[in-house]
Amino acid sequence: MTVPLEIQRISRRKRLATFGILVGLLLFTAVSSIVTQFNFVLMFSSLPKAFFWMFTRFAPGSRAAKALPQIIGKLGETVLVSVMATVIAAALALVFAILASRTTRPVRTGSLVIRGIASFCRNVPVVAWAMILLLALGQNSITGLLALLIGTFGYLTRAFTETIDDVAESSVEALRASGAGWLSTVTRAVIPSILPTVASWMLYMVETNIRDATLVGLLTGTGIGFLFDRYYKVMNFEVAGAVVIGIILTVIVVESISNLLRRSFL
Amino acid sequence: MAARVPSGVRRRLVEGGAVAILEIDNLTKYYKDVRALSGVSLKVKRGEFVSIIGRSGAGKSTLLRCVNRMIEPSAGSVRFDGTDVLGLGHRQLRRLRTRIGMIFQHFNLVPRQSVLENVLHGRLGYKNSLAGAIGLFSKEEKSAAWDLISRLGLSDQVHKRCDQLSGGQKQRVGIARALIQNPSLILCDEPIASLDPGSAKIIMDHLYGISREMNITILMNLHQVDVALKYSDRLVGIRQGEIVYDGEPKKIKKRIIAEIYGSEAEGILMNAETGE
Repeated sequence: MTVPLEIQRISRRKRLATFGILVGLLLFTAVSSIVTQFNFVLMFSSLPKAFFWMFTRFAPGSRAAKALPQIIGKLGETVLVSVMATVIAAALALVFAILASRTTRPVRTGSLVIRGIASFCRNVPVVAWAMILLLALGQNSITGLLALLIGTFGYLTRAFTETIDDVAESSVEALRASGAGWLSTVTRAVIPSILPTVASWMLYMVETNIRDATLVGLLTGTGIGFLFDRYYKVMNFEVAGAVVIGIILTVIVVESISNLLRRSFL
Repeated sequence: MAARVPSGVRRRLVEGGAVAILEIDNLTKYYKDVRALSGVSLKVKRGEFVSIIGRSGAGKSTLLRCVNRMIEPSAGSVRFDGTDVLGLGHRQLRRLRTRIGMIFQHFNLVPRQSVLENVLHGRLGYKNSLAGAIGLFSKEEKSAAWDLISRLGLSDQVHKRCDQLSGGQKQRVGIARALIQNPSLILCDEPIASLDPGSAKIIMDHLYGISREMNITILMNLHQVDVALKYSDRLVGIRQGEIVYDGEPKKIKKRIIAEIYGSEAEGILMNAETGE
């Protein structure tokens, strides 16, 4: 009966490891809060006050109503920029994913290069891209669009590459075995197989991009982010609050629309 | 197409007799340092139904895929219908593959496309890139697809998406897709391994009928000895990348089956009826 004993020892070791990790995490948190002079008690006791302040100052009133057309206009602009960035990025990502995926790549080295580029685009945060592009292109909506586009491209290239390997590998094998050429295999087997997943990823990226666009807009001086920045800095909290509510509503609406769409084709 | 058949083949065909359609000689395959096939030699006659049996990992799948070079062999030679398969360039290989159908354990269909579309995929190898890419199929091709689909008993499903079919129906679509290539050889990689016994019998009966009526050569990997014994003209046993039996199904001895399957043999032998 050596086996059960062995198993016992392994599970005891596992329990000890879990316990060790927990203790370590707690210690780490304690040390960090001392170093940064972060006071937990103060945080929790001041939370209600902070919320009260927020609700009284940010509650929209007549001034917000006057700014409403402007807010809606900018929200529309933000949504359009997000959709545009997603569509362009997805088209590019689809081509590059087909060249990069294990299943469909024509050459191995090209695949590695594309994976590298996509990973770089993805790992530099969108806000950092916005700052880099800001220096080159100045404060305009093209800068924001490009920043979103680059990040989305990196993300979607990876997602599409994995989707191709997941969904299309077996049918590609069958078509290659029957002597079908590369282009026919891609158009007849790969694209029809991945289409629903591609559409689903695009909807997800539109949602993400609307959130990111708000942040990017702060930097590039365009869209809804800039509007918030402007009113916030002159301490017009009422309109700034209306902007925030507008963003939240837009995100909810876009998300419900995209869920509806997703359900219709999946 | 006829002009592309090497003259040597035509001569031998004219001479008649049971010409080997497939000659595998001393085939060896290494995956890095692991030897999957070592010096496998096999001759298959036109119209023959050959089953390859062996445990999982014995090299059955590798052997099958070396025939149409879905896997590149490390050494040895493969001749199909007189053509040296391993010496072919990219284009010639594609042309050769149109004459070899392949059927898979997991069917390998495009799930979101219809039965008809999937069957027509078997014609893509005959098309140029553009016609293939936009899916331009001739009237003859469509009616051939329809004939095969009804012959395999799928006429009610012709416009159904393949992900709505049962396993047995999916495999019949796979067979139709292979047949529409007009192949002289069909490679079957565990065609019934993911089917229930009823569907498995239907599929095996179809494949047997194809080999008899259309004189198409069948080379099939099988895990189930009893099925192999029932349907094959010839049985090839593989163990650790080497052929350990090659002959009539009737003459295989329990001892050899036990050798092929090792410790798995017990259960397999229960339903197998062999000589001795």
